[in-house]
Amino acid sequence: MAANQENSFNHLVFKAQAVRKQMNTNLRDQVVKDIYQRAEEIAAKAVALPDTRNDLDRKIDNIVTSRIWGYPLMFALLSLVFWLTITGANYPSQLLSNVLFGFQEQLTGFFRWAGAPAWLHGVLVLGLYRCLAWVVSVMLPPMAIFFPLFTFLEDLGYLPRVAFNLDKLFKKAGAHGKQILTMCMGFGCNAAGIIACRIIESPRERLIAILTNNFVPCNGRFPTLIAMAAVFMGALAAGTNSFAAAGVVAGVVLIGIAVTLLVSRILSKTLLKGVPSTFTLELPPYRMPKIGTLLIRSILDRTIFVLMRAVVVAAPAGVITWILANVTIGDMSIVARLAGWLDGFGRIIGLDGYILLAFLLGLPANEIVVPILIMCYLAQGTMLELDSIEALRQLLLNNGWTWLTALNMILFSLLHFPCATTLLTVRKETQSTKWTVLAALIPTGAAIAVCFLVAQIVRALGLV
Amino acid sequence: MGLTTQSTGIYAFVEEMHQDPNFNTDAVIALAGNPNTGKSTVFNGLTGLNQHTGNWPGKTVVLAKGIYEHRGKKITLVDLPGTYSLLANSADEQVARDFICFGNPDATVVVADATCLERNLNLVLQVMEITPKTILCLNLIDEAKRKAIRIDRNGLERLLGIPVVPTVARDKGGLAELENTIHEVALGKRQMNPRQTIYHQAIEEALRELQAELEEVLQGKLNSRWVALRLLDGDSSIIDEIRRYLITSTTQVGKEV
Amino acid sequence: MSIAEFELTQLPVGGFARVVGIKAEGLVRNRLLDLGLVPATVVEAVRKSPAGDPIAYKIRGALIALRSEESRQITVRALVED
Repeated sequence: MAANQENSFNHLVFKAQAVRKQMNTNLRDQVVKDIYQRAEEIAAKAVALPDTRNDLDRKIDNIVTSRIWGYPLMFALLSLVFWLTITGANYPSQLLSNVLFGFQEQLTGFFRWAGAPAWLHGVLVLGLYRCLAWVVSVMLPPMAIFFPLFTFLEDLGYLPRVAFNLDKLFKKAGAHGKQILTMCMGFGCNAAGIIACRIIESPRERLIAILTNNFVPCNGRFPTLIAMAAVFMGALAAGTNSFAAAGVVAGVVLIGIAVTLLVSRILSKTLLKGVPSTFTLELPPYRMPKIGTLLIRSILDRTIFVLMRAVVVAAPAGVITWILANVTIGDMSIVARLAGWLDGFGRIIGLDGYILLAFLLGLPANEIVVPILIMCYLAQGTMLELDSIEALRQLLLNNGWTWLTALNMILFSLLHFPCATTLLTVRKETQSTKWTVLAALIPTGAAIAVCFLVAQIVRALGLV
Repeated sequence: MGLTTQSTGIYAFVEEMHQDPNFNTDAVIALAGNPNTGKSTVFNGLTGLNQHTGNWPGKTVVLAKGIYEHRGKKITLVDLPGTYSLLANSADEQVARDFICFGNPDATVVVADATCLERNLNLVLQVMEITPKTILCLNLIDEAKRKAIRIDRNGLERLLGIPVVPTVARDKGGLAELENTIHEVALGKRQMNPRQTIYHQAIEEALRELQAELEEVLQGKLNSRWVALRLLDGDSSIIDEIRRYLITSTTQVGKEV
Repeated sequence: MSIAEFELTQLPVGGFARVVGIKAEGLVRNRLLDLGLVPATVVEAVRKSPAGDPIAYKIRGALIALRSEESRQITVRALVED
C-alpha cells in the first residue's frame, strides 16, 4: 500500500511540473506577492498607524549610526563593558579565591587525618582541586559581569547597529557584518562566540566567523594579557604603569581584530571562495530589557553553561599537570624533559620550552596557562598564585625573560590554537573534523609566523 | 530505507521528544514568529525555568523545549527559530516549517510584533496554510499603544478566522488568556476555521487540477491545498520531505495496527 | 507618461520609492521577496551606515539594512508623495 501511495504521489509531482510549465506567471513571485498583498489589506482594515517618520527610535539612530558619533560611541561602550568587567571582577575574584584556597587547607588536613598517601593528596588536592579552584575564581566573576552586560546591549537592540556601522569593513574581508557580534561574544568566551555564529545565516560567512573567532581574546586570556602587559611595561620602564598596561591590552585587541579581518579575507579568497551570499540585517526597535529576566537568563544560559564546560576540562588538566611535574624519569621531571625538547623551537620564535609546554598543557582552558608556567619555573609541582606583579616579574627575569619574551607571549596567547572547549564547540557546530582541525591549525600557524617574524626582526635590529 | 528516514531530521527530534519521559505530555504546541517579536519572552513567560535546549539533529539550529501545566494538563512548548517566512530559504526556516508541518503539533502559536503587524502577518498567513490550529499572539501590545498604533482585535479575528490574543509577555500580561486559548485549540474544544489566502486566478486553477487527486493520496495527513502549492512551486527539498513523511507515517500506522 | 525606473541603491536617504521588480534570480530573489520586496511595495531609504554602505530601508514596517549588492538588484520607481 505504501508503494502504491508513493507512486501516485510521484505521479502528482510530475503532473504539477507539467501544470507549472503551462502557467505564464512566476509561481513563487506570485504566491509571495499575493500573501503580502493580503497582509497589507488585513492590516489596512484592522490597524490604524500613526506617522512614524519622527519617532524616538529614529532620533536615537541619528546619533548611534551617525558619521561623527557612531564609531566613538561604539568604542566608548565597548571600553566601558571591559572596564566594568575587569574592575568589577577584581574583588569577587579575590574573595572566591580566598574561600576556595582556604578550603584547600581543610582538604589537606582531611587527607592527613585519613592517612592518605602523598601522591593521592597531590593528584586530587594539589592537582585537581587547585586547578578547579583557579578556573572558577578567575573565570566566574568576569563572566557573571560580562554576559549580563552583553545581553543587555543585545536585548536593547544596540548590537545590530554595531553590525550596521561596521559591515563595510567585513564586506571587504568577504565576511558578514554580524561577525562583529560573534566577536564581541568571543570576548566573553570563544566557545560562546562560536555558538553565536548561528546568527549568520549563510554557511560560508558563518564558517569564516567560526574559524576566526579565536583571534579575539576571551575572558580566560585577558588575565594573561594584563599580567604580561604589566610585566612587559615594567621591563621597559622601571615600575609598572597601569595606564600603559591598559594601552597595551587595547592595542592587543586591535591587533586581534586586524588579524581577524586579514584571515577572513584570506579564507574568503582561498578555502572559502565564493560570492558573498545575501546580506540582510534587521535593525529592530529599541526596547528596554527587563533586568531581572535578563540576569537570570544570561547567568543560567551563558555563564553557568560556559563555566561548567570549563570545569569539565580543567579537572583532568590539573591531574595531568601535577603528574607530569612530579613524576621523574632519571633525574628530571617529565615536565622538564618535555620543556627541554621544545626549547630549541621555542627560542627561535622568541619564547622558550616551558612557555610552549604551558600553552600545550593549557589546552583545556586558557586561564591555566600562566599558573602552569609559574609552576614549571618554580618546579615545585603545584600551581601557585604569586602575590604581586613585581614577584612575577622577578621570577620571569630570573628565567631569562626579556621584553621580547613578554611581547611574544602576548602575541602567542592572542593568536594560538583555541582551548579544548572551543574546539569541541567548533566540532559540534560544523559537524566536521576538517574544519575543527583547521580551527586549530590556522591560528597556530598565525601565532608561530608572527612570533617568528617579531623575534627575528627584533634580534636583527639588535633591540634585545 | 524506513530506518534511515526515521532516524534523521525531524523524525529523530520528534521521536526523542516523545521518548523523553519529561515530555510525555498531553499536548505539544509549536511557537513560531518573526525575529525580534519577543517570542522567547513568551516562551520564558509560559514555561519559566522548566525548559531545556537541544540541537536539531544534523543541523546547527537550536530548539528549546519547555513544559507548563494548565488546568491539570501538561503542555509541551517547542520554541522554533525566528523566521520571516516558511518558504525555506535557510536552515532556520526549514526547521520551523518541518516542525509545524510534520511534527504534528496540537496547535501552533505565531508570536507577532503588534508594532509592525503587517510584516508579521506574512508568516501568520503561511502557517495558517499548513495547519488550521493556528493562534495569533499579538505581543508588545503596550508598545503599540505607546506608539499610538490601534489594532482592532475582533476585526483581525474575523479577517483571519483564527483566535487573536494580545499580550505583554515581559510583564506576563495576557499570558493567562493565551494559555486558555491554547488549551481550547489544542484539545479540540474550539472550532477552527482559518480563512485561506486566495491566489491569482492562474494559480487557483492549477491548484484545482491537483487538489482532488492529492486528497486521496494524503488521506487527511497533510493539508492538500498547501501540498499542492508546494508541488507547483517545485521546491524539491520540501517535496522529498513530504514523500518521506507519507511513507513513514503509513508504515507507522501499519505497525500500530 | 511613464515614470523613470532606477535601482534602489540610487534612492537618496529620506526618499520613497515603489518596487517594480527584482533582477536577481534563485536564492537571492527568494530572500528579497520574503522580506516583502514584492512589486508595488513602498520603500523608504532611512539611513546610511557611517561607512556609506549598507543602507537601512523601511520595508513594510521593519527597518532592514541591505548592502549595495542587494539593493542594486531591486528596480524601483519614484513615488510622488501625496
